Amino acid sequence: MNSDLAGKSVTEAPRSEDVGVRFSARNLAIRYGFLALLAGLIVFFSLATRGFASPQAAVFILQSVSITGILALGVTATLVVGGFDLSIGSIATSAMMAAAYVMVILEQNAFVAVVACLAIGALVGLINGLIICYMRVPDLLATLGMMFLLIGLQRIPTEGRSIAAGMTLPDGSTAEGTFSAAFLALGRHRFDFFIENLVPAAVVVLIVLAVLIWFFLEYTRFGRMMYAVGSNERAAEFAGAPVKAYKIWAYVISGVFASIGGILLAARLGRGDIASGNNLLLDAVAAALIGFAVLGAAKPNAFGTAIGALFVGVLLQGLTMMNVPYYTQDFVKGAVLVVALVFTFALLGRNGR
Amino acid sequence: MVEDATFRIAGLGKSFGPNEVLRGISLELRAGEVTVLMGANGAGKSTLVKIMSGIHRADSGSMSLGALPFAPATPAEAMRAGVVTVHQNIDDGVVGMLDVATNLILDRLNGAGRGTFFNPRRIRREAREVASRMGLAIDLSADVTELSLADRQMVAIARAMAHEPKVMILDEPTSSLSSSEAERLFALVERLRARGVAILYISHRMSDIRRVADRIISLRDGRIAGLFEDKPLDYEGAVNAMLGQNLGVSGIASQTATRPIFAASGLKLAEGAQPFSLELGAGEVVAVTGLVGVGKTRLAETLFGIHSPLTGEMHLDGQAYAPATPAEAIRRGVFLVAKDRAKTGIVPDFNIYENMSLPFLPRFSHFGVARRQAERAAARRQIADLKVVCRSERDDLATLSGGNQQKVTVARWLSQSSRMLILDEPFQGVDIAARHDIATKLRESAAERATLLFLTELDEALETADRILVMSEHTIVGEHLNRDVDMDRLLAEVAGGRAEYAA
Repeated sequence: MNSDLAGKSVTEAPRSEDVGVRFSARNLAIRYGFLALLAGLIVFFSLATRGFASPQAAVFILQSVSITGILALGVTATLVVGGFDLSIGSIATSAMMAAAYVMVILEQNAFVAVVACLAIGALVGLINGLIICYMRVPDLLATLGMMFLLIGLQRIPTEGRSIAAGMTLPDGSTAEGTFSAAFLALGRHRFDFFIENLVPAAVVVLIVLAVLIWFFLEYTRFGRMMYAVGSNERAAEFAGAPVKAYKIWAYVISGVFASIGGILLAARLGRGDIASGNNLLLDAVAAALIGFAVLGAAKPNAFGTAIGALFVGVLLQGLTMMNVPYYTQDFVKGAVLVVALVFTFALLGRNGR
Repeated sequence: MVEDATFRIAGLGKSFGPNEVLRGISLELRAGEVTVLMGANGAGKSTLVKIMSGIHRADSGSMSLGALPFAPATPAEAMRAGVVTVHQNIDDGVVGMLDVATNLILDRLNGAGRGTFFNPRRIRREAREVASRMGLAIDLSADVTELSLADRQMVAIARAMAHEPKVMILDEPTSSLSSSEAERLFALVERLRARGVAILYISHRMSDIRRVADRIISLRDGRIAGLFEDKPLDYEGAVNAMLGQNLGVSGIASQTATRPIFAASGLKLAEGAQPFSLELGAGEVVAVTGLVGVGKTRLAETLFGIHSPLTGEMHLDGQAYAPATPAEAIRRGVFLVAKDRAKTGIVPDFNIYENMSLPFLPRFSHFGVARRQAERAAARRQIADLKVVCRSERDDLATLSGGNQQKVTVARWLSQSSRMLILDEPFQGVDIAARHDIATKLRESAAERATLLFLTELDEALETADRILVMSEHTIVGEHLNRDVDMDRLLAEVAGGRAEYAA
């Protein structure tokens, strides 16, 4: 459809060698290599293990990547504007602690807890954005500082203890509040999907957010301008874009997504556990960076991030089912990330985008 | 006279691939003289400097210093032989994290035979010697980052002088200095001259050149286009030689403005610059010309809301116009095709239609969702109009040639109607065919708006504009109608002859 329209108005410049390149094996590999690898992995694990190729296993994989996937989608927004957000992991754990604190100690309901968490995420994102845009602190350093700050801050209200129903408070009394059933449902309810009680709420949240951010980045003018800011900030400014506003919004999106991840984490655990969530940052960043390689995009993109998260999930689940020991997991994740990055920057870079 | 020539270059040639940059340069630099090297962008100045300072090697020809042949393989070798270069980018000449004293003797810390440990007191002492020899009045314990640009420049030059060079190359040393700062630099240059150093001074600023030059060499297209050493120096001749002689004939049907669109009065762009007025009308194409660094880009960006003028008022269609951001300028219908498309024009990750619609996405959107079909249809119209050579509007910008990339950036701002279209060096890095296509399209579409071009190359201005304004030292010093251009007066104005114009 494109070619016949173009043929009427475009000054045609047939460059046969370019057309040839477009369909070469190398370009096919760049475009579909990672998706083919993912399909290959799924086929391999389905044949090599029993039970991998089942709806339950598929859902389990999605559930295992749901929280890191949500964080990764958020950090993708900051990558799109040419930034980075290292504070997502600690925003998520702060949100988890805040949810527990609001329900257990302040004895509020699920709605208040969720709103408090989202507000924390948005506020931290806003502060990150302001520090980066107006104080001109480099993004990595600003969000690294914020990460430390939040890791410390979330422990202060409870003097360093985890929050659970019935815990003893610093003043010696016992906490009266509990996690409300409605809140716990976010982590534990399963929707029927052909099979009863199949799809956990967290997976539904992941899919909804993935579709939302994908549509936002690909099809709205705000998403397009964010890509413009990330690709050439000066050109975007000279085209009339409020560059700082777009950057700040990206960090707010990242903060809110991270706090949603924190809410789901709290709902899954049923307590505010200061020891959990250590891997969230690295896993989420890995998923977003692996996403660069998907479809030969060579840039942050929501679809790639989702596939990247899925890729890590499939790989780890498959290896676990093949009885590969747990302590090799980080190595496997790291190896996948390195391969994906080499794929993106060495192969695509030479191709000139 | 041959004996006192310190530095001699004979028949120097250099090519980068098929691109012949230097085509046989021969010149002499003499001890205790300031030789100014002038040349437009791409004339080969920086290549010549790089060969002299050991960064590049010449393909042909030879250089000699005194009686010895000079063929440095590295910058360090050139420096040891006595040819020192202070590069245009000041921060290349100093290390920001260290204090002034350490910077002054930095090169001595690197030589072989130096101990592993250094003695801060000895550094101070040696640095004090260097500073007093150069008359440098700067706190030696200050961090370089705390210094003004001018002081950093002084430190860089003083540091270069610590080598007791025979030849010093100053590459546009005043390009980021104010006029009072520049005055201090000139004092230093005079001190160097008095010490018997042969100085090659590269500059575009006529005021600098008038101030320091003992002789002038004009470079054009990789050749020496003129050598001027008879006092008084023929500055206009030097500019003329640098810009070329093939000026004068223009085949354009000159238009006059139908009604006023834009007016500015008392506009002051920089401290110490003369305020000026500017009026632009619908239907006319006006070119502002002048050497590099006279404030053309400053004016273009001021009209587009990137800078605000120091003083003065602007009116657009009879209403006050004082844009604080480019977004505001665009809303008022003032568009800028900015200089240096790679930095300020193109979004490299975007394809053609995404680049074209960038400033106008709200107009192409429905409830925030971009309407790609409309974007692509608009892009296809522009591609056909401007004869952009591409496969389709979905081609990546990176696959296009420079001329076609420029067409896309111009097409972006032609795709919507404007009140005033400003183009800053729109023909830079563009071949003649593309330049012709762009200029034709600009003139065809100019009827309903004011069109303002900023062009360093005079022949480009003569080729495209109805009216030509000349800028010098951040102000407008002359105005010409293209149908009767007084070339002598125009060249004099470009060369900074404001006094003659006012008289």
